[in-house]
Amino acid sequence: MAVAADPATVEAAAKGARRNEGHQHTGGAVSGRASRSAWALTGVLLLCGLTVVLPLYLTVTMAFKTPEQSVDGNGFSLPAPFNPGSFADAWNLVGFPTAFVISVVVAAASVAGAIVLASLAAYAIVRNWENKLFKYSYFYLLAAMFIPFPVIALPQVKLTAFLSLDNPAGVAVLHILFQLSFSVLLYSAFLRSIPEELEESARLDGATTWQVFWKLVFPLLAPMNATVGIFAFLAAWNDFMMPSLITSNPDLQTIPVIQQIFQSSFSTDYNVAFASYLMAMAPTIIVYVFAQRWVMSGVTRGAIK
Amino acid sequence: MSTTAPPRRSEAPVAVRPQRRRKVDAAFYVMLLPALALFTLLIIGPALAGMYFSVTNYVGYGEYSFVGLANYLVLFTDPRILAAYGFTLGFSVVAVLLVNAIALFLAVLLNSKIRFKTALRGVFFIPMVVSGIVIAYVFNYIFSTSLPAVFGSLGITAWSSSILANESWAWVAVVIVTAWQAIPSALIIYLAGLLAIPEEVYEASSLDGATPWRQFTAITLPLVAGYVVINTVLGFKNFLNAYDIIVGLTNGGPGTATSSVAMTIFTGFTSGDYAYQMANAVVFFIITVVISVLQLRIINRRGVSL
Repeated sequence: MAVAADPATVEAAAKGARRNEGHQHTGGAVSGRASRSAWALTGVLLLCGLTVVLPLYLTVTMAFKTPEQSVDGNGFSLPAPFNPGSFADAWNLVGFPTAFVISVVVAAASVAGAIVLASLAAYAIVRNWENKLFKYSYFYLLAAMFIPFPVIALPQVKLTAFLSLDNPAGVAVLHILFQLSFSVLLYSAFLRSIPEELEESARLDGATTWQVFWKLVFPLLAPMNATVGIFAFLAAWNDFMMPSLITSNPDLQTIPVIQQIFQSSFSTDYNVAFASYLMAMAPTIIVYVFAQRWVMSGVTRGAIK
Repeated sequence: MSTTAPPRRSEAPVAVRPQRRRKVDAAFYVMLLPALALFTLLIIGPALAGMYFSVTNYVGYGEYSFVGLANYLVLFTDPRILAAYGFTLGFSVVAVLLVNAIALFLAVLLNSKIRFKTALRGVFFIPMVVSGIVIAYVFNYIFSTSLPAVFGSLGITAWSSSILANESWAWVAVVIVTAWQAIPSALIIYLAGLLAIPEEVYEASSLDGATPWRQFTAITLPLVAGYVVINTVLGFKNFLNAYDIIVGLTNGGPGTATSSVAMTIFTGFTSGDYAYQMANAVVFFIITVVISVLQLRIINRRGVSL
């Protein structure tokens, strides 16, 4: 196993070294050699990038094929003739509109809930750190990072059914709670860097704790709200495991779950199956492409904390 | 609740800077309460209930009685459970190694002088926003139809059957798809780590005649070591709970060759061995924590600060 990993590391080392060579040339004009190595590295990366793009290309090209062409060959050929009809078939077969609305509602509720619940809790904890109750609450909430869903799934399914939360609402609440540790961690780290003096002066002017939080602190948390929101959205939007087990009514399932439910109905209509996969993937990819810079900076903030 | 002696009355108002509030504003309790209450009810509650049921013979409904550690004892001799642990741990180790090696390799490349830097970065991060089970279905087609067709037409008959139907090699497909999806998040962390290394360090070392390889092993690797640990901890945390991708790719098969621990736990819903699978979940939880703690120990011993 380790052997398999080694060549890649060695190669990484070589590239890393070349990178530093390149940097030495930054002072003067870019030499021919540096430029050549830049193109070579770009070539290597483009090849690696193909492994990312090929499955996505396959999804698109398969989705636009006719049923006859879709069962023919290795799948990588371009659609001929061009058949956009698969999308209508998939749309109707899997009940896409309902699933889409449910996915949107679950994701939106998860994002809003994660931001509000975690920022409030983190603010209370950080500003009362010397109080034992708040301090221990922090470690209590953080300990949950080690409790993954599969470990408590069995009793949780029973409990949500008992509380009438075996539906998308319950899924959203659970997404919020499984994000809670990480979100509180992010908010706490950020809040500790905000000086308290500003809040004290607002308080002296007669602002209540709630006003201080919503009018002063919450707007300052904007970068962290974005980070927590992005993670909460991706976790909720793409998850299969939790909704498939928590939501008891198959008509109220999210987009990833209906792909599994209808897997057998697709049968060998690969064009319909891939049209359905494409509709499932497209929303996040499109949003990502247009908000790339914003998403990346948000995710990076979460990664380095 | 404060253990320190209360300040004398005359002192408190004199302080120029507002003293740390001894009495906590009630609003703070209200802010913390919803998170604590929901968390205790829906996460800690089920966790405790699960532990309780793991020492009973509860089948998911009806009456039950205490059976002590019987479930646990059976667990350690159940070939189906042991196979699931073997697969999950082995798969996680391979996936962690592969993801870290490729992510570090890509990070170093993406951080060097290249063309189309922003666009290339953009491409490598796409898998992060794609649903695991959906991309697993796409790869399912690639492994079961595309690749056999390609290898078949190339005359490589040994590879012209689906890897997903091969009991000994199906796990490789699971590793590939898992890596495909997990590399971006590791890559982000490595990129952040590489950006934090000052340029001067490399310049100074090359003046001293350090070879590129030596620079990588003596500078880059030690300085990103903390990030390797972060990625390893996060990777194990994700991969040990593998489920979505396996459902889309092999559904645990062929046979039970790629059944993860999460999958065996979920059989507790239907197979009537609810309490037994809760014992499985408790063991699984302990293993997860032990692995995380061990990894954090290793960092501390090596003196790498996070």
